Amino acid sequence: MSDLQSPQLTKKDFESDQAVRWCPGCGDYAVLAQAQKNMPTFGRKREEFVFVSGIGCSSRFPYYMNTYGFHSIHGRALAIATGVKIANPDLSVWVVTGDGDSLSIGGNHFIHALRRNMDINILLFNNRIYGLTKGQYSPTSEIGKVTKASPFGSIDNPLNPPSLALGAQATFVARTIDRWQKHMAEMLARSYEHDGGSFIEIYQNCNIFNDGAYEEYTGAEKLDNVIELKHGKPMLFANNTKGIKLEGSTVMVLDIEKHGVDDILVHDETNLDLAHIIANWTSRPELPEPIGVIYSIDKVTYNQGMIDQINRAKEIKGSVSVQDLLNTGDTWVVE
Amino acid sequence: MGKTFKTIDEAIIRFAGDSGDGMQLTGGRFTETTAILGNDLNTLPDFPAEIRAPAGSLAGVSAFQIKFSSRNTHTPGEQPDVLVAMNPAALKVHRKELIPGGTMIINTDAFTKKNLSFAGYESNPMEDGSLDDYFTLIPVEMNKMVTAACEGLDLSPKLVGRTKNFFALGILFYMYDRPLDTTEGWLKKKFAGKDDIIEANTRALNAGYNFGDTTELFMSRFKVEKASLPPGTYRNINGNFATSLGLLAAAEKSGLSLFYGGYPITPASDILHTLASWKHLGVQTFQAEDEIAGVSSVIGAAFTGNLAVTATSGPGIALKGEALGLAVITELPLVVVNVQRGGPSTGLPTKTEQSDLNQALYGRNGEAPMPVIAAATPGDCFFAAFEACRIALKYMTPVMFLSDGYLANGSEPWKIPDVDELEPIEVSFSDRPNANGDYLPYLRNEETLARHWAIPGTPGLEHRVGGIEKAENTGHVSYDPENHHKMVKLRQEKVDRIQNDIPETEVFGENHGDLLILSWGGTYGACRSAVETMQEEGLGVSHVHLRWISPLPKDLGEILIHFKNVLVPEINLGQLLRLIRAEYLVDAQGLNLVRGRPIGAGTIIETVKKILG
Repeated sequence: MSDLQSPQLTKKDFESDQAVRWCPGCGDYAVLAQAQKNMPTFGRKREEFVFVSGIGCSSRFPYYMNTYGFHSIHGRALAIATGVKIANPDLSVWVVTGDGDSLSIGGNHFIHALRRNMDINILLFNNRIYGLTKGQYSPTSEIGKVTKASPFGSIDNPLNPPSLALGAQATFVARTIDRWQKHMAEMLARSYEHDGGSFIEIYQNCNIFNDGAYEEYTGAEKLDNVIELKHGKPMLFANNTKGIKLEGSTVMVLDIEKHGVDDILVHDETNLDLAHIIANWTSRPELPEPIGVIYSIDKVTYNQGMIDQINRAKEIKGSVSVQDLLNTGDTWVVE
Repeated sequence: MGKTFKTIDEAIIRFAGDSGDGMQLTGGRFTETTAILGNDLNTLPDFPAEIRAPAGSLAGVSAFQIKFSSRNTHTPGEQPDVLVAMNPAALKVHRKELIPGGTMIINTDAFTKKNLSFAGYESNPMEDGSLDDYFTLIPVEMNKMVTAACEGLDLSPKLVGRTKNFFALGILFYMYDRPLDTTEGWLKKKFAGKDDIIEANTRALNAGYNFGDTTELFMSRFKVEKASLPPGTYRNINGNFATSLGLLAAAEKSGLSLFYGGYPITPASDILHTLASWKHLGVQTFQAEDEIAGVSSVIGAAFTGNLAVTATSGPGIALKGEALGLAVITELPLVVVNVQRGGPSTGLPTKTEQSDLNQALYGRNGEAPMPVIAAATPGDCFFAAFEACRIALKYMTPVMFLSDGYLANGSEPWKIPDVDELEPIEVSFSDRPNANGDYLPYLRNEETLARHWAIPGTPGLEHRVGGIEKAENTGHVSYDPENHHKMVKLRQEKVDRIQNDIPETEVFGENHGDLLILSWGGTYGACRSAVETMQEEGLGVSHVHLRWISPLPKDLGEILIHFKNVLVPEINLGQLLRLIRAEYLVDAQGLNLVRGRPIGAGTIIETVKKILG
């Protein structure tokens, strides 16, 4: 849908006239900035972007994008976006959602949108807390989380969003971090380019109710705890001093100085088994946090399937008018 | 031959049997043939919620009633003249409703010890004389008859046994002098490629017909002459199919693509099935993961400029409530069909009720007015659905269209409308800024108060909508108290102005008198029948049937005060009744029967006579 005639759009073209109302220091600002900065580079007309959100802090996002936007109700953004995309498959549809919005109240829509490979870009701002309702534990909060709603610590196990997405048959699963601006730009572009449902989990800091949730990946020591996945590249981290080895189904960390890189696992975005293994590292403190594209494959989208089906039906059944349908079955004439 | 023909005005027959006996199909074939012969008719399918309750059980009884007439008829009737009972359970459930002296055609082969005790019979009613005094009994060994008829065919006894419904149908065709060719043609199409099945059912049908001819158990046959219907091309139609056609016609006349998002639910699923089969007309159907996703997808499609529709039943509306509020505040045009069934909760999934009127009017948080339209007959579902779409698009509002289980599955002969003669539905998407170079999505049409509609993809009109209160005109988020008060009133005023689109109320009968029957939805037929009968008897009774319940027609209050009594028959505990009393301060009375079945005209007449003393 690129339009070579139109003047190059800039970040400014994607900024709405609405004052941004997130708390100062919120990680949401970083995502907004990257979205506004990168959308103009995709070579698509501004009017073809639609941002849909549910309820929560991050769901105010559409108001700040000067595109078509829909700030809907809690949990339902994906279902609404589904209608938008089916009604006009030429649009670039983005859903901005949070961990409560998409994994708790909207969990059903999340798995089904991915299962269908609905061509929608999902940005899940995961701050592991309920912000807008002022600090209750969320479905991604760590067990034992002390909040107003769990004064003795939460007893729920957290969800692992990439694992859930993979289990739901997602065709594109990635993770980035609010403070990794360059990386986020890259993930947004990858998501845009992916033909099909794409899911990016964004580790986003809530500096009011859950400050420092991702400090271990963003602080000074970050390089030791994080692995940046790159397709076709060995899985090295901690300044290339450590690497991942897979022996049978066991994942282990090797010291590169001692073992060299020959046995180090090479990332393959298209390998579903591998993707499941990588996604699981999040619940393994001894393994690095995987960031980047975990999984990406090409598969026919729901939207293409719908178009193909309609075309096929037209071919087989030919041209039929509404009047023809009214007259189907046994009819008789009263003089 | 040898039997004499008796010409009668109308007849009511009921097929009853086990869920596996094919009673709905049998009724459907009788209906189709009868419609083509030119009788007016109404049908009442009555089936259990269970797909196959244990064979022979009372819970598994499925029935189909048809009234056909040489006059205009509005209801499927109450007490049948003929009952076909395929097993003891069917007899047990339905015998008490057969008219005294009526005819019972009974498959005696199903009256085994096991089936009898399953149905709770201690002795065989065919033998103990308990039926003899009241009814004309026609015992038929249907299983044996079809076995003999199908001799030589390479079919299992089980498959042969399944043809007995066509045997029963053959008897009824003989009794009422109907031809077999329509059914034979249908069998060939339905079972194309399965020649044995076609042959077996055709033989069973003919054997039944011939049995009628040769048996001496009944002496006369009946003729029901053609009804005098207005000229035109007719078909038989049920409510769900008519609804689907109405939606499609509205898409055609508005030039919009039809998008349907929904979740399967009895008795609305056939709308999904029908629309899904119209892919070649470009209809997009989306079977969502749940009711909420169904309506949400529809909201998204409406935002994107489609004619967006969802259909469900009461429990589904309950789930959609929050999203409908979103449609109200974002002022997007969509149509929500509620094919009402018995409630609350799961209630009576396959039975009819009118108990979702309150839910339609009030079932959302906040002040969330939504227009509510209801269909009167199966065929009227076409026009009501079309009208719901027209109003939704003209006023930029979600519209609730109330159908019910009786309308959805019941059928009647229907004069096929000419699509060219349906009024076009005008839709204009914004294509340029509307306020000094800016685009204000909540700027309104002065007459209808409909807001402007710019769809994604339109350059320069990028804007945001959402569920938070909007500032007038700009649509920006606003928490201002005065603005909220104004917007609440604006949204109500917009729905109220639909009154300008509602034609003058028709009073059937005198516009003053002793009693007015006020009805809405599927009770139309019973009310109209009752009023016709009472008017013939000289009673001062008139009838008003409401199409729109929100808003109510402008002239209704003025009509009501010219009657000494107002009676509102409803299949609920008085939902319209309370609205009428509150709105017009008239001492209206209710006739409220909530049995999961249509109210009978006879019951209405009795009630009126009691009131009039």
